[in-house]
Amino acid sequence: MSQLIKGVLQRDLAIAFNQKGELAQPLLFLLIVVTLFPIAVGPAPETLQRIGPGVIWVAAILTALLGMERLFKQDYLDGSLEQLLLSGVPVFQIVALKSVVHWLVCFLPLLILSPLLALFLHLSMPMYLALFLSLLLGTPLLSLVGAIAMGLTVGVQKGALLPLLLMVPVFIPLLIFATSAVESAALHLSYAPQLAIIGAMLLCALALAPFATAYALKVSQH
Amino acid sequence: MQNVSCSKRDRILFENLSLQISTGQLIHLRGPNGAGKTSLLRIIAGLSQAEQGQVLWNSRALDTTYFKELVYLGHKSGLTASLSALENLQYWAHLHQAPCSEALLYDLLTRLGLVGLEDLPVKFLSAGQQRRVALARLWLKPARLWILDEPFTALDTAGIALVEQHINQFIDGGGAVILTSHQPLTSSAKLQYFDLEYRL
Repeated sequence: MSQLIKGVLQRDLAIAFNQKGELAQPLLFLLIVVTLFPIAVGPAPETLQRIGPGVIWVAAILTALLGMERLFKQDYLDGSLEQLLLSGVPVFQIVALKSVVHWLVCFLPLLILSPLLALFLHLSMPMYLALFLSLLLGTPLLSLVGAIAMGLTVGVQKGALLPLLLMVPVFIPLLIFATSAVESAALHLSYAPQLAIIGAMLLCALALAPFATAYALKVSQH
Repeated sequence: MQNVSCSKRDRILFENLSLQISTGQLIHLRGPNGAGKTSLLRIIAGLSQAEQGQVLWNSRALDTTYFKELVYLGHKSGLTASLSALENLQYWAHLHQAPCSEALLYDLLTRLGLVGLEDLPVKFLSAGQQRRVALARLWLKPARLWILDEPFTALDTAGIALVEQHINQFIDGGGAVILTSHQPLTSSAKLQYFDLEYRL
């Protein structure tokens, strides 16, 4: 276990923090998108509350995709991936830790920033709480499922849009349930069912995605 | 390795190759560009699968015990450009369960002629120096089989001599090496050749 934590977790975090520009880039992008919306559609609280959750979620998904390239591409190009695969450590464990790093680097700052975003879009407190919970459950799902798509396309040159297409079928239900949770919260209804469905999707992904990604990486080594 | 075949883009690279590597053996894999040397080495390392045939280690299919006894160095150095030589080796050693105290690593990098460059991101090193950092793995991990794909690329004569000497020591200590190189090896009597030809 310590070999994994030192060899993958610490390494990937060190790499991420070495490239501070790239680290901040997705967050800046997210901030810009969310600040531009009130300016574009007008600052009326009702309109903003109506579109707010959707805007934050779509921006979060696009942010995830910006950071997703880093997951395996660099390691594949410089040969580190070969060394990872030959380390004798089960590949699914390596992949799972890499997904954790992606979540920490890409989504944790987003969660920390989310009160500010909610303020920009005039979300009420119950709405913000529902949004936060849906992000907390939904973003790890994006990291896990994104890893499968990235693993499959790691050998493809200039395939930036291909993983996006592969992930759309997962995005859409996630987006529907997440925004519906926030809408329920706005009407002071219970949003537990929506969160439960997102949680179920997350648990499924947690159990299956690392194995799928490990297999995808092995195939892409050919 | 038994009856291994491989083809790329409908061209058969090789068919029904069989090869046995045992302790104290140094096999020099030779052949023109495109003959399939790298493909063969990747199959032996377990990175890609053969179309037919199988690779066995101690008459068992490749598993984690094999990976624990293997060091594979491919064309790509496997070094992360933004990390220093020291960090690269430390993280690698942790993952491969090799000893990696800092004193040991400094000592090793000094022996490889990289004094003062230990903390510099690898991207600032020359190609030859990067190759030396990559080859440092041969000193780190206690393995029994080395698979080296063009290990001497970009190395100067002193570097080549150093690596060849280390290979000979490893062979004498009961290790086995299979490598490709376009330059003749000067070393011992245990050297065997395995030639691939380019097939249309």
